[in-house]
Amino acid sequence: MATTLWQHVASMLDAVVFFFLLGVAARLLKSDLRLPEALYETLSIFLLLAIGLKGGIELSRQPLAALAPQVLACVALGFAIPFALWPLLRALKLSAPDAASLAAHYGSVSVVTFAVATAALVREGIAYESHAALWVAVMEAPGLVAGILLARMATRRSNAGGGNTTRWRALMHDVLCGKSVLLLAGGLLIGALAGIEGTAPIRLLFVDLFKGVLALFLLELGLVAGARLLEVRRFGLAVLVVGLGLPPVLALAGAMTGLMLGLSTGGIAILATLAASASYIAAPTAMRIAVPEANAALSITAALGLTFPFNIVVGVPLYIALAQYLSATP
Amino acid sequence: MSLQKYPKTMLVIVAEAALEKSIVGDARERGALGWTVTEVRSAGLDGEREGSWEADRTVELKLICEPDVADAIARHVLTTYARHYAVTLSFSEVSVLRPERF
Repeated sequence: MATTLWQHVASMLDAVVFFFLLGVAARLLKSDLRLPEALYETLSIFLLLAIGLKGGIELSRQPLAALAPQVLACVALGFAIPFALWPLLRALKLSAPDAASLAAHYGSVSVVTFAVATAALVREGIAYESHAALWVAVMEAPGLVAGILLARMATRRSNAGGGNTTRWRALMHDVLCGKSVLLLAGGLLIGALAGIEGTAPIRLLFVDLFKGVLALFLLELGLVAGARLLEVRRFGLAVLVVGLGLPPVLALAGAMTGLMLGLSTGGIAILATLAASASYIAAPTAMRIAVPEANAALSITAALGLTFPFNIVVGVPLYIALAQYLSATP
Repeated sequence: MSLQKYPKTMLVIVAEAALEKSIVGDARERGALGWTVTEVRSAGLDGEREGSWEADRTVELKLICEPDVADAIARHVLTTYARHYAVTLSFSEVSVLRPERF
């Protein structure tokens, strides 16, 4: 019976998730496994470009004006999440800098969680809007901008430095032109301009090899997340509430937005996943500069140590089921 | 025949990678003419920095300059960043061959 249960659980997970779990296990077992930093950087550039390209190819096939409501809704959702989370995080007795930093992490999105969600949808045979990468690209920055605004308000209130306008301007530039936004948007643009035929010669690298690269990247993320998991005890109950409690609530907000936009079942699941995900690439760096007083380890522990594993193992199947339920309900 | 050498100060700043751009800009404003940056891994009173995620990266900046320029940069880094960031500063006397470049 135990075998059957294990097989059932295993069948619900995509193969790439096991690579993540292998990474976590390696870290918990104190293995010396470590991927070179340059490889991590290369893989993340590859994934961002590939996701952008794939979405861009689909964009070339449809009128852009029709997508405007989706883009606006995604921007609004990403921007609203940090403001909605602020009072909740403060109620959890988190300091203003920590609350601003965490709010930004959750307002922004995780591209790899998106990739895992689309892989799960493909495996389950559930259709989704193939230009969904556009949503990721436009949801990356608004949450960070909102987080920076919250941080600015918090530091002004506490009068703890930070009034330097040049610094804030430079920070906004880094957020809007940062690696993830640039590569996703660049990929989208290249895909849209080159179309299916134009991108055919690079398909082998960016499309066919995508899942293998994702698996390798997840192995690395597993190693990092494993280390963060060991830190959870340090931060107590608040980090557990944030890391495990927020994603389902935010997913509901994302799913409702998707439903209002009239998205497909897969589209609703993706928007729920995006809303539930937390950034661990762009947000930590941006917030380190925006709120130096914030504890960077707290945000990354919540986002990468708890929320990311929760989303890819439990969350994604849950959000797909939620999308199916919402789509079936008249 | 021995080479003619000139004394200068080398300031080594080990800091969070997120600060690199700011520190380099600040150093330039205070008279630094050049610098070398390398990515490193580090540990100290603030814990271990393995560089396994973006904001966990550490850089080592080496600046060779006049002693008063090194002091001005170090003073600024200490007062502006050291309170909330992992930063270490050290000085050493070095000899250079082309003094006008430092």
